[in-house]
Amino acid sequence: MELTLWTYEGPPHVGAMRIASSMKDIHYVLHAPQGDTYADLLFTMIERRGQRPPVTYTTFQARDLGGDTAELVKKNIKEAVDRFKPKTLLVGESCTAELIQDQPGALAKGMGFDMPIVNLELPAYSKKENWGASETFYQLTRTLLKEKVSSSEKISPLRWKELGRRPKVNILGPSLLGFRCRDDVIEIQRILSEQGIDTNVVAPLGASPEDIERLTDAEINICLYQEIAEASCEWLKRNFGMEYTNTIPIGIKNTIEFINEVHEKLDLPLTNKEELENKSKLPWYSKSVDSNYLTGKRVFIFGDGTHAIAAAKIAKEELGFEVVGLGTYSREMARQVRATAKDLDIEALITNNYLEVEDAMKKAAPELVLGTQMERHSAKRLGIPCSVISTPMHVQDVPARYSPQMGWEGANVIFDDWVHPLMMGLEEHLIDMFKHDFEFVDGHQSHLGHTATNKNNILNSDEKKEKNSKEGIIWTESGRAELTKVPFFVRGKVKTNTEKYAILRGIPEISDETLYDAKAYFN
Amino acid sequence: MSKVEFNKETGPREVFCGLTSIVWLHRRMPDAFFLVVGSRTCAHLIQSAAGVMIFAEPRFGTAILEEKDLAGLADAHEELDRVVKDLIARRPEIKTLFLVGSCPSEVIKLDLATVAEKLNKRFLGQVRFVNYSGSGIETTFTQGEDGALKALIPLLESSNEEKLLLVGTLANNVEDRFKKIFRNLGISNIESFPPRQSTDLPKIGKNTKVLLTQPYLSDTVRDLKHRGCEIISAPFPLGIEGSTKWFLAASKAFNISELKVHEIISPLINRSKLALESHKEILKGKRLFLLPESQLEISLARFLHNECEMDLIEVGTPYLNKDLMKEEINLLPDNTKIVEGQHVEKQLDRVRESNPDLVVCGMGLANPLEAEGISTKWSIEMVFSPIHGIDQAADLAGLFSKPLRRNQILSSKTLVTH
Repeated sequence: MELTLWTYEGPPHVGAMRIASSMKDIHYVLHAPQGDTYADLLFTMIERRGQRPPVTYTTFQARDLGGDTAELVKKNIKEAVDRFKPKTLLVGESCTAELIQDQPGALAKGMGFDMPIVNLELPAYSKKENWGASETFYQLTRTLLKEKVSSSEKISPLRWKELGRRPKVNILGPSLLGFRCRDDVIEIQRILSEQGIDTNVVAPLGASPEDIERLTDAEINICLYQEIAEASCEWLKRNFGMEYTNTIPIGIKNTIEFINEVHEKLDLPLTNKEELENKSKLPWYSKSVDSNYLTGKRVFIFGDGTHAIAAAKIAKEELGFEVVGLGTYSREMARQVRATAKDLDIEALITNNYLEVEDAMKKAAPELVLGTQMERHSAKRLGIPCSVISTPMHVQDVPARYSPQMGWEGANVIFDDWVHPLMMGLEEHLIDMFKHDFEFVDGHQSHLGHTATNKNNILNSDEKKEKNSKEGIIWTESGRAELTKVPFFVRGKVKTNTEKYAILRGIPEISDETLYDAKAYFN
Repeated sequence: MSKVEFNKETGPREVFCGLTSIVWLHRRMPDAFFLVVGSRTCAHLIQSAAGVMIFAEPRFGTAILEEKDLAGLADAHEELDRVVKDLIARRPEIKTLFLVGSCPSEVIKLDLATVAEKLNKRFLGQVRFVNYSGSGIETTFTQGEDGALKALIPLLESSNEEKLLLVGTLANNVEDRFKKIFRNLGISNIESFPPRQSTDLPKIGKNTKVLLTQPYLSDTVRDLKHRGCEIISAPFPLGIEGSTKWFLAASKAFNISELKVHEIISPLINRSKLALESHKEILKGKRLFLLPESQLEISLARFLHNECEMDLIEVGTPYLNKDLMKEEINLLPDNTKIVEGQHVEKQLDRVRESNPDLVVCGMGLANPLEAEGISTKWSIEMVFSPIHGIDQAADLAGLFSKPLRRNQILSSKTLVTH
């Protein structure tokens, strides 16, 4: 048993939902009790999706347990197939259903449908979300392509030459609730197309089962997020001989290395090598003199494996920071993160406990934190600037603007996103230095905002104003008590409105009743 | 009783489970900790519903069951012991620890009552342990609070003192208002359950008159009755009408004249009616569809029809206790269609067919419906906002008028830009 106050990853069936929701013409029947539908809001609220996830929850109850839950599963599968007419059906169970062992996947296969059915067995008591997503994508790929395995010859990365066309690649791994996946895909496709390489299929994001079936039309696979796609890439390599890339194109050096790797694999000559360095503003911005102050800034990094490793490289080699902490919650990528940390002469932190991360952050005393939304909160409490580089997703991580992490534009975005909080940090310092100058208005808000000292200031200034109420209006005990119960962020407005009302009505003393009279009046 | 049409539906549901109620219960009792014994799904559910990241360290958490805990039960008890010991060492300020059962702990029949009993002996005088189930196989959303309160009842000492007991979590400012009004009416001995401190439990007995503030407390009511409490039958204090009848019913139980009640609350009613006007203008004649979730749906439907003149298409409710809802149902217009339970797909079909002006629904459904051009109000906001009482009637109406007003603003062309 593990005490968890907050977790970086959800259960594995949420990973399966990410794959199902990313794709077209797929439906997922999930054997699960009431309440598990909470996961829908991750997609409809955080990703602001205008469609419900394609998931049917069997919604079994305690009273069903004595009876035939298997019948309930079959009924839900039939209804889902009739209503949604999916081209491929995923069937699985959440943590509770795993315990009652109805084997919904086997039940579905016995129902005589002619569409492919993927039986998902995702152990909820030992695995987590990213593993679930990876396993689901792998099982789906395997199910849809297994018939082709025996008949197909190994795919040579040089096949495009024989066929007399541009080389084709698949981009594998981007999914919903993945960090900036939507924009990374656009950026990578743009880069590949500039190099004369066509994209065959992007999956799972936006792909249909038919798209999965034609993965073998490409020469090689781009493994864009190892957490999601490595298992599938490995299977495609074993069974079809399809090579896949290892470099994650985040940062200038990695993007150039990625382009090199793709060209080498395809045996395609790289003609614009010299141009590449100038495709992003990051190298010049980092070289320009005002970036001198970035030198040796202490940075603490924590996130999923892919983004944490990439961040360490960029921080050290492209921005000249000193990496004082590196860690991940992705146990599947612990080995790689440890290796990167060793190169930096530090010890990697592998944990799913955010309090441990906060402690490590405190000890490392960094000047900048690169982490998840949770580290943003921890850093805020410690008064350290922070930029978010990794999932778990938050509504802020789905910006309206184009905002990739990968490729040239990704490097631009990273420069701005990491350096601006630091500049704000500098500004913070200046505010502190000059706060006694008369130009500074009392209570000048820092961007870090709600630290304990600032909050006290707000309360104090609030009190001061209360006593000095200009029109000679008196706040009685009950009125003041009522006012303190109003949430602080609207308190000022309520106070002004009540005084305005009191003046209007010629009321000399404001009681709690006056407050409510005013509230009703202005409503 | 008005001629209301009752229907039942079963099928896939889109409703939170009882664990979700921890989100407001832990705020009500700042000296209590809620420890869910469950899976990663439970932990993920609560953090997704509660925005946990804003807390340095929340007063709720999950003891996540792992493979090895499922292998043998004795082991699980020991493990839970260890987790609780660590937790209490870390949070010495905790006075009451709720052990909350979940779907997996219920299915493997983990006996939390026995665990709580043992822990009570060990931590006697330091921390009190109570257990209840918030599992989705037994409870929906607000029913979690019913379970938590029911679990506290055995701890309430007996007293024959005459008192008014307000039962159900209220926002603190609303509770203060209610108490002030009751004092003005001449009822001086008023207590709340749950209290603001978990150790500050009310004493109950045959002269305790229970006035419910929330409609989802069936089990709590039954146990309070067993302890001799008198349950005051009344609609719930949502809107002016419900709140007025609620005050009247309580006053009647304390032999206070109707005249006195009207004298005290008329000014409140008058100003509130005034405040309600602007919202009514927007809501009047608009057609409303309520999907089941918070169990407040019937009271909300009554308020939105009777006071805001909305038309009711369908009133969904996760479950229906006709006895507890009797006074509310009486106030509904004839032919109101109440649907207990849910088949979410069939219900959404009916939503689309009936083309409502506003749908009250959960967060999983809101944006998808908006994308189809149907305005929505998420129901979870009702349990987090101070909406009870006469003074809050306009705020309550505002929750529903705002999405409509916003659509009006966004679809109108009022500024000429050059």
